Amino acid sequence: MAWLPDVIKACYFLAALLFILGLKRMSSPRSARGGIVWAGVGMLVAVLATFALPDMHNRGLILAAVLIGVTAAWWSGRRVAMTAMPQMVALYNGMGGGAAAAIGAAELFSYAGTAVTLLDGGQFTADGASTPGTAQLALAVLGALIGSVSFSGSLIAFAKLQGWLDRRFVFPGQRVVNMLVLAGAVVLGGMIASGHLTIPLIVAFFTLALLFGLMMTLPIGGADMPVVISLYNAFTGLAVAFEGLVLQNEAMIIAGTVVGAAGTLLTQLMAKAMNRSIGNVLFGSFGASGAAAQAIAGAQKPIEANDAAVMMAYAERVVIVPGYGMAVAQAQHKVWEFAKLLIERGVKVKFAIHPVAGRMPGHMNVLLAEAGVPYDLIADMDDINPEFPQTDVALVIGANDVVNPLAKTDPASPIYGMPILDVANAKHVIVVKRGKGTGFAGIENALFYADNARMLYGDGQAAASQLVAELKSLES
Amino acid sequence: MIDGFLALYIFMLAAFTGYEIIARVPVILHTPLMSGSNFIHGIVLVGAMIALGHAQTPFEVGIGFMGVLLGAGNAAGGYVVTERMLEMFKSSKPAAGKEAK
Repeated sequence: MAWLPDVIKACYFLAALLFILGLKRMSSPRSARGGIVWAGVGMLVAVLATFALPDMHNRGLILAAVLIGVTAAWWSGRRVAMTAMPQMVALYNGMGGGAAAAIGAAELFSYAGTAVTLLDGGQFTADGASTPGTAQLALAVLGALIGSVSFSGSLIAFAKLQGWLDRRFVFPGQRVVNMLVLAGAVVLGGMIASGHLTIPLIVAFFTLALLFGLMMTLPIGGADMPVVISLYNAFTGLAVAFEGLVLQNEAMIIAGTVVGAAGTLLTQLMAKAMNRSIGNVLFGSFGASGAAAQAIAGAQKPIEANDAAVMMAYAERVVIVPGYGMAVAQAQHKVWEFAKLLIERGVKVKFAIHPVAGRMPGHMNVLLAEAGVPYDLIADMDDINPEFPQTDVALVIGANDVVNPLAKTDPASPIYGMPILDVANAKHVIVVKRGKGTGFAGIENALFYADNARMLYGDGQAAASQLVAELKSLES
Repeated sequence: MIDGFLALYIFMLAAFTGYEIIARVPVILHTPLMSGSNFIHGIVLVGAMIALGHAQTPFEVGIGFMGVLLGAGNAAGGYVVTERMLEMFKSSKPAAGKEAK
């Protein structure tokens, strides 16, 4: 069976190739659906090859763990609602980080049992297995650190998006405490990597690493979670790459590094879309600036559903701006039904999507796609903004901060500088909103007080149904 | 087997590959792509399997078992979620033409 290791290596090569090609296909809407299948085949090949590795023990346990993990995740992933996708990504990502940390832990603990003297290129253990060099230990420690942070941080992100943790935990001196925890973990990691492989030290190291992930994520507000999840996604990729180096597994090195790099860029793109730096997301305190925001003059002016329907029925161009509120109310199907009725009447309808609409960039596109909206009716911010002055009615449904003109006019506003959809430039604006309160980020919205804006109060689903009914009665 | 510098080269080239693939991606695919890359680092499952396969003490076996469990969750969950998202990206033209009538 001398050929077996080569076959396994070839399988890992094939897996790495399929991952890269799959990811490449996923980056274009037309081939995206095939992309995930390619990557999936790669994963299957790599896992089967690993089962065939010659010097493996505990095969029964491995199979049991794989089956349990796959079944549980498959089941939960199948039945979760589309709106809950971001937290599911956070959850699965956390699991990956945890797995990377577990690999690091297993490596470190297995060396801890045997007395080793290092620093001079490694030593040998009692049972003849070679012990790691400092570089290998350092990589294992680094992977474990990043993986642990990603694990506990992603779980907090999951809990926050799921609504289990809706408060931000902030206390004075938090940043200093966080930095001390991180510094402690790094120092312990350094000691481990330089050969102090004692069990209490390793346990303390993991405790601090996990604690840091927790404390780093707790003060971050829900609106910033997408950036954080994306960052942890990149972290997990890096952790996997480092543990891959430790295990000398090429598929892990390549897949982990590709994800680490892609994830880092994706995080930057997201942060840029929100006009915030990554450092600002992680260490700034969003919405807690304390500066007095400008008082907004005027009042919100309500409108009835039938008037709103008439307005849009006789408009030439209507732009619908959906936000997360629409998705929460599960109104996307009704909204699309309404849009189709308008299109039948000859109205030119477009959907305008802010880069961070929803809970993640592109989340809203997914939700609209779910409702059956073809993606050529969906416009990006840069394409649609010049069109607002020629737009008769902009229908804002469930969106708030991404259409707030204060982002342009009020330097004291926490969202100042964030690019927005210029709906205020449309001739008329109709805002569907549940009540008079502020939005997700807790910021007053000047748009609601503008002269050309009318408020249609109600739950997104109910309001959309009313609009559909009014439009139908108009035709009969 | 892989010496230090070879590993460094692999690392560098893979990092550029990841960067280049994402660089020209449209916004509408950001979420599916994040989910897709989330699936791809599910390859950690392979490492966890190796760790469990080489575990000796019951404690190591316990850690390895957790690792495989989590890794399998990452891979399977990541796949299902990504696939469900991408399923919705139908080719637009025929659908639009039919439904707009």
